[in-house]
This record gives sequence, structure tokens and C-alpha cells, in this order.
Amino acid sequence: MPLLSVRNLTTRFATDRGVVRAVSGVSFDLEEGEVLGLVGESGSGKSVTALSIMRLVPEPPGRVTADAIEFDGLDLMRLSEAEAREIRGARMAMVFQDPMRSLNPVLTIGRQTTEVLRRHQKLDGKAARRRAIELLEMVGIPMAERRLGAYPHQFSGGMRQRVMIAMALSCNPRLLIADEATTALDVTIQAQIIDLVKRLQRDRGTAVIWISHDLGVVAGLCDRVNVMYAGTVVESGPIRRLFHRPGHGYTVGLMGSTPRVDGAAAHRLTPIEGLPPNLIDPITLCPFLPRCRVAVAACHERPPAPRQFAAGHWAACFADLVR
Amino acid sequence: MSTASPSPAAPYRIPSSLALAARQFPRHRLALVGFVCLLAICLAAALAPWVAPYDPVQIKLGSKLKPPSWEHWLGTDHFGRDVFSRLIWGGRTSLSVGALVVAFAFTIGVPLGLASGYFGGRVDNLLMRLVDAFLTFPPLLLAVALVGLLGPDIQNVMLAIGLVQAPILARVVRGSTLAVREDVYVTAARALGARPTRIVLSHILRNVMSPIVVQLTVVFAAAVIAEASLSFLGFGTQPPQPSWGRDMSEARRFLADAPWMFMAPTGIIMLCVLSINFLGDGLRDALDPRAWRTRRRLADGEG
Ligand SMILES: Nc1ncnc2c1ncn2[C@@H]1O[C@H](COP(=O)(O)OP(=O)(O)O)[C@@H](O)[C@H]1O
Ligand SMILES: [Mg+2]
Repeated sequence: MPLLSVRNLTTRFATDRGVVRAVSGVSFDLEEGEVLGLVGESGSGKSVTALSIMRLVPEPPGRVTADAIEFDGLDLMRLSEAEAREIRGARMAMVFQDPMRSLNPVLTIGRQTTEVLRRHQKLDGKAARRRAIELLEMVGIPMAERRLGAYPHQFSGGMRQRVMIAMALSCNPRLLIADEATTALDVTIQAQIIDLVKRLQRDRGTAVIWISHDLGVVAGLCDRVNVMYAGTVVESGPIRRLFHRPGHGYTVGLMGSTPRVDGAAAHRLTPIEGLPPNLIDPITLCPFLPRCRVAVAACHERPPAPRQFAAGHWAACFADLVR
Repeated sequence: MSTASPSPAAPYRIPSSLALAARQFPRHRLALVGFVCLLAICLAAALAPWVAPYDPVQIKLGSKLKPPSWEHWLGTDHFGRDVFSRLIWGGRTSLSVGALVVAFAFTIGVPLGLASGYFGGRVDNLLMRLVDAFLTFPPLLLAVALVGLLGPDIQNVMLAIGLVQAPILARVVRGSTLAVREDVYVTAARALGARPTRIVLSHILRNVMSPIVVQLTVVFAAAVIAEASLSFLGFGTQPPQPSWGRDMSEARRFLADAPWMFMAPTGIIMLCVLSINFLGDGLRDALDPRAWRTRRRLADGEG
């Protein structure tokens, strides 16, 4: 049984201009200890997918529905808010994009790192402190003990993100969701953080959903990738296969706009032309059609159904890209 | 590489935020001045029987409307009473009205504002409708009506002023809470399972302290002045009892002949308000670690 199983997740937001379908019918499984990438341009519904799983979508204006979201033997859709709070931080945790803003500026690092431990593991002050020091050392913060009295503004972005990771992993969650966790950092720091997550993930067997708009970042870390566009998963497959035999016009476009990380010869960087569709209007055909460079006749007639190319590799695309 | 050389022997304790803030406060010069002024004024009022040179209510018509002199530092009023002594005794009324109204507004307004801002929804709607309804009346008129309803003694005056000020504070707190609630660290704390009470009390309250402190200095000033107005209308302090506001209002009739009568209470009210403002500024900075002068920050690649 997979650790996480999402079926037909749909999240809408009521806005002044109409109902935004941020996520429409997303389904996927995540195995124990697996690292799944979630890629797509900005606005494709990656964050909302993550927040929906974490049960952190504000309702209203949001509205989350799903046939099922099963996690670690629980049906997340049926949990009350109080029950969800017991899971968050303990069995699943999340790291956010902006390390400059995800720590409270007026509380010490010590206060913030011990808060989770007191909350879920019921540690007393001393034990929580000791554990917090271990955790900060684990994520590579020098002289962790002395840093407990420091405030977030005394830390650089990379160091803050390390603190966030320490906090997220402090109760040994089975699932870690990292939402653009390295996007705000510069390239060398980004690589360090990715290495750190990779190491911790391997040591602890934590399953990870790694969200990024950058296929290159995902490539170094993930086993499998879901490509998202306009609130739907348009292609899913093992990372190697996806790179060598992309099955969806959008994936091809994404790779064209991503620097190659596998050392292949210099690659032209061509951003995908056009803009993603307005999520308020109903989408009947393939959402990527207006921007697609490989569209065929069928694309203009009906929406594409997912086609399986190999075990665990499918795409919702009519074009015969994979042979 | 290191910012501070570790001393191997002494175990390092996390200083509490409060201790750190307390250490910062004296660095703020003006705040310290404000604090000292306010302390002196409060002490004088508290020790009035020993500090005041004359009986504040004793009428001596023989020496009325005397300008300041060695005998009467701030002159005398139209009944020959010593203005300086009245100032010191009047502080008891005015300062306790100010302090109690501030305390009242804080205990009522802050929780209401936090709850309203953080939880939103129906509670928020109801509360804010109520506040809006309250605020459509001129505050003084409302206070007069309340005192009329409750009976004209000083406790009721405080209660009335407090009831007028609390909703204003609640609205300020609500507005700041609404903004802070959307901050990423609040979502991040929620993602770690923090409970709403914890989020509100340890994450949000600390971040809305500055507007609260600023608003409380306004509340204090408004309370002192409202007490004056109510007393003038005959609701609060009854003559011949001294109160800054009452004496100030009364002195207006003698502005041309005895300006010191007016300047003394006006000056002390201004001094108090100014001191509290400085104090508030200092408090605000002391509560915000980003404003502290601190050590170099921990950069990437260290360690
Ligand atoms: N609270 C909200 N209210 C209205 N629309 C929202 C809200 N949150 C997200 N959306 C919309 O949902 C869509 C998907 O957003 P998001 O998941 O953040 O994209 P991504 O993380 O892939 O960049 C966007 O069009 C965004 O405008
Ligand atoms: Mg996002």
C-alpha cells in the first residue's frame, strides 16, 4: 500500500471574478521513502496541491474535494481540523519557498525549534533544547547551541532554510513536502540544500514531494516526476524516462526552457511561448493546446485521455512523441 | 569563521526574549527620559501628602491669582489655592484614570481584536459591526451618555472612557492581525501543527505589539483629556477635588489674568503624553529584534 494516495483532488477558490479551479482532478500515489517531483510553471497548482494534502487551504475562500486522500492509513479528507493538527508536523511536514519569511522575526531560533518538539513529542524545556541542538547540528548549523538565542535576521537565507528543514524533520515525519524550497536561494546554496535533503531522506527513509518550477532541480533528487499544467497532472513517469522520452507537448516545452544538468552538450534555452490558461474559464480540450508545438488533429476535437507508454509512465497527449 | 569564541566551561543558556528586550530598552535615550519623567510624576502623585507644600483644597482668598513666586512655585488660583500642590494631588486622579483606562482597553480590546482578526468569520462580523456602531457616536458624547446611565462618579467615568477606547483598540489590533495572519511564518507554524491559541499568543501577539503600544499611548492621552471634559461637564471629579483636566478647564476663564493656572496642568498633561510616547517608541524597538544592534549574521558556507 502506498504511503500517500491522492484520488481526484480538486481545489477551487471563490474570487470576485469567479471560481478559480486551481487543482482539477489530480491523482497520484507516493510510495514509502520515494521522492516525487512536482514540476510545472508558476500558477500550475503545485502549491495548492501541497496545501490541500496538508489540509492548509483556507476554507473559505477555498474548497477542497477529493474521492480520497489516504496517508499512512488515514483518510485525510475526513479528519477534523484538530485531528489534522496532530498529523501536521508529526507525520507530515512542509518547507516553504521563502526562508526569509517562514521564520517568525521576533522569536528566537531556539524558541521556534523547540516549539514543535514540545507540541508533538511532549518534551520538556531541557529535553526539547537538547533535541533542537542535535537537529540543528544535523542540518549543518555550526555552534548550534549558541544559535538558539539568535533571531532569524541574524541568519542568511540558506541557514534559515536549514532551520526550517530541521524543524520539519524534528518529529521524524514520514512525508516531507518541500515547496520551491531552494528557489529563493542562489545556485551554490541551492545545491547544498538539495544535498542535505537527499542525505537526510536516504538516512531516514522519509518520502518527499519536491516541488519546483525547474526540471533541472528535480532531476538530481527525484525518482519520479509529475508534470503539472493548469491544475492537472499532464504527464507522470520515472525521471530518466521523462527526460529521454517525454510524452507530453508541455514536458517537451519545459525541457526546452530548462538548463540541462546531466552534462549533455549545450542546450538551447527556449521559454514556452504564450501564457497558461485562465483557470476561471472552463477547460474542455487539452489546456496546453494554444501553446503546443506538436498538436495533432485530434487535439482540436476532444480532451486527451492518459496514455500509458511503459510501467509508471503516462501522459495525457495525442501527439505520438514516445515510440 | 566564528562570531564569538565558544567558552568551553560555561554552558550557554538561551536568554529569554524578555531579558533581551529589557537589555535593549535603556539604549533608547528618549525612552529612558520618558520613563524617568513618568516615574517622577507618578511618585509625586503617590507621595502627594508629603510632597505637596500646601493643602490643595484650602481656600485663601487673601492670596488669590498670585503669579509664581518662591512661596507658590506655580502661583495660586482664583481661590488662592497653591497650583503646584493641586497639580501633585490632581495627578492621583488623572494618572489613575489614564492607567486604569489603558489597562481596561488592553484587557478588553486586545483579545477581541486578536480573535476577530485571526478567526474571522461570523465572530469577526458581529464584533466589527458592534465596534462600527459604537464609533459612529462622538466618543465624548458616548462617554457622557454612559456616565449619565451609570451615575456620575469617578469609577464610572473610567469605565465609560474605557468602554469608548476598547473598541478603537480592538479595531487597530484586528487590522494588524489580519495582515500578520497572512505572513508565511504563520502558515509555516500551522504546517507544523501549532494550535490556534499558540499561534495567536506567541506568533501574532508579539508581532502586533508595536501598533498596540502606539495606540495605548493615544488611549492614555485621550483618557486624561476625556476625564477633564467629563469633570468640566460636572460628571467626574467634583470640585474642590483637584484633577488636571478640571483645573485646566477652569483656568480658561482666567487665561488673561493668570496664565500660569492654565499652563501648569496643560504642561503636565503634555509632558505625560510625550513621556508615554517616548516610552512607547522605546518599548516598540525593544520588542523588535530587527531593530537591535546585534552581532554579524550567520552566513552560508560557515561551519
Ligand atoms: N487563496 C487563493 N485564492 C484564489 N486563487 C488562488 C489562491 N491560492 C492559489 N490560487 C490560484 O491557484 C492557482 C495555482 O496556484 P499555485 O498552486 O500557487 O501555483 P504554483 O505553486 O504551481 O505556482 C493560481 O492561478 C493561483 O492564482
Ligand atoms: Mg507555488
